Amino acid sequence: MDNLNSTQNSLVSVHNLTFSRGKKKIFNDISLEFERGKITAIMGPSGTGKTTLLKIIGGQLFPAHGSVTVNGRNVHHLKHDELYALRKRMGMLFQSGALLTDMNVFNNVAFPLREHTQLPESMIRSLVLMKLEAVGLRGARDLMPNELSGGMARRVALARAIALDPMMIMYDEPFTGQDPISMGALVLLIKSLNTTLGLTSIIVSHDVQETAAIADYIYVLSEGKVVGQGTPQEIQKSESEWVQQFMTGAADGPVHFHYPAKEYMDDLLHSEKPLFSRQRPPSDRNAKRRRYS
Amino acid sequence: MPHNNTQDTFVGLFVAAGIAALFFLGLQVSNLSSFSHGDTYQVIARFSNSGGLKVKSAVSAAGVKIGSVRSITFDPKTYESVVAMEIDAKYKTLPDDSSASVFTAGLLGEQYVSLDGGGSSDYLKNGSKIEITNSAIILEKALGQFLFKSAEEKKSAPEDKKSSGKK
Amino acid sequence: MMEFFRFLGAGTRASFAKLGRATFFLVDMLSGISSVVIRPRLLLKQLYSVGVLSFLIITISGLFVGMVLGLQGFYILSRFGAEETLGVMVAASLVRELGPVVAALLFAGRAGSALTAEIGLMKATEQLSGMEMMAIDPIKRIISPRFLAGVLSMPLLAALFSAVGIIGGQIVGSGLLGVDDGAYWSQMQANLDFQGDIINGVIKSVVFGFVTSWIALFEGYDAIPTAEGVSRATTRTVVNSAFSILGLDFILTALMFGDN
Repeated sequence: MDNLNSTQNSLVSVHNLTFSRGKKKIFNDISLEFERGKITAIMGPSGTGKTTLLKIIGGQLFPAHGSVTVNGRNVHHLKHDELYALRKRMGMLFQSGALLTDMNVFNNVAFPLREHTQLPESMIRSLVLMKLEAVGLRGARDLMPNELSGGMARRVALARAIALDPMMIMYDEPFTGQDPISMGALVLLIKSLNTTLGLTSIIVSHDVQETAAIADYIYVLSEGKVVGQGTPQEIQKSESEWVQQFMTGAADGPVHFHYPAKEYMDDLLHSEKPLFSRQRPPSDRNAKRRRYS
Repeated sequence: MPHNNTQDTFVGLFVAAGIAALFFLGLQVSNLSSFSHGDTYQVIARFSNSGGLKVKSAVSAAGVKIGSVRSITFDPKTYESVVAMEIDAKYKTLPDDSSASVFTAGLLGEQYVSLDGGGSSDYLKNGSKIEITNSAIILEKALGQFLFKSAEEKKSAPEDKKSSGKK
Repeated sequence: MMEFFRFLGAGTRASFAKLGRATFFLVDMLSGISSVVIRPRLLLKQLYSVGVLSFLIITISGLFVGMVLGLQGFYILSRFGAEETLGVMVAASLVRELGPVVAALLFAGRAGSALTAEIGLMKATEQLSGMEMMAIDPIKRIISPRFLAGVLSMPLLAALFSAVGIIGGQIVGSGLLGVDDGAYWSQMQANLDFQGDIINGVIKSVVFGFVTSWIALFEGYDAIPTAEGVSRATTRTVVNSAFSILGLDFILTALMFGDN
């Protein structure tokens, strides 16, 4: 962890990170390294806070303990302006694409350029067309976001994320909900962007096959801990029962099919407790608190 | 951001319409226009009772507004109300023996000063004093007198009740 | 019983927490206005969607409210033989009260709810978060221009409402019911004060524009990013705006016209 070699090679390092939401610990003292120019994947079942991790790296959320360094700077100690300067060099691809719905594809990609640079319109046009060409959507420049399919929207968002030529891109579930063809296109795109632009990529995903195909290094998370790490080959050969269950997709194993509950027979035989009893299930109470806070 | 000319035009029209509405309210609806002309001259009238007259009440001649009340003060020596009026400079041919009366516009209306021309060939000028004044009619007093009078009449000629009560 | 107090306590705490968030939001929003001033094009676009698109509903409602005032006013005033003061009645009620208040209520329903839904959906579809990650402050880029547009549009809309209403009253009063046209206008001019009536009405509408835009934008920004959350936030915008407008109207009226 304090290995000097590893910190020099990594663009992003996460040290002893702890993050809680309510009483639930999303991350419990985890440390991760993301090497420059490599594709690093974070895998794990839904609900393990993978997206949260990206938001912490991007400085949108603050951890309870631990530090996150991006390009040698502690993200959460930066002033507002410094953080924004750093974010210009970090691209992020949201699961939904997060395209601005009131402007067309061209203007969406041009948006960060227009906001952050004083470039003349002719140069912005060339840059935007270049980025759109890279994702294969130069012909779709006049479409509005609601006219795009999910896969196309994600590719436009990718073009927008690379508009400012960032040093890294964070992909949030890039493969979810894609048909096999657009999934293949995205896999190829991420890989080629990484090699041609020399980007550092962080992929958060639970799509085992696709991610394993392009990742250089994989972290597997579960219940706030790193349960496995290594190259795709090492992960596939891992002896951890947990990792095996995740990689092969078995329904039952260390991760249970059932959400924690009391005994089935017990539940069937006894009726619900009255509404204002003292022993309200804690999950219920949390739900109420979340709504108001 | 690409330009959108129709949008610009509509915003321009909207802002122009809004400002026009404000001007309309200022000039057409309220009394802003009466502040605007600068040239006035001031005359003073003393009333034994100026009633409900207020600063900015109208001063009119033959029913046309020609000025406004500028100040109303009480003279502790003569127990009179001293009303200073500003009259528009373009009405400079008011005879100096004009009389000033405090009238009420309608039963529920505001009180105003009415100037009635006399026969003099000299005109009112800045600082002039209007000598002949008629005080405000105080409704309570008038009613009291009226009731008192009609009671007297009733006593003397009860068969006339109908016609006097009507009046 | 303990449950009840716990519930009450949690509710109170949540209300204060929300008030606190709204205050921080206001500070951010106001400090973002400086960056709107140097980019007037952002403001222009919002003036269009907040102001221009409310124009029709405001003017049509104003016309009808003025016509109704003319009708009702005439019936009551003619009983006292004071029909010629119809202009005063119509203009005073519009300029002092109905113009700012009804225009603000319509504004909350038309523009406020749209603002909440727009911001809420932008949050739900991660557009705000996406902007933050593109190093663009969504408060400066999205919220502040909308706020400024709301504050600037409101007095214009209220003035339009009153002006159209006064004309509506005149159409009914002197056009249909036979009040003397000259008396309608001259009584109005003689009895309405620019400072006391028009300016106070404008001040009211600026305050209402400020509060309504603030509520609408905050509810959108604070909405739970789901379909249900956004729809609830939209409802809250209309309800809270209406309460605030009417409550503030009472306070402002007491302050402005109280010494009369």
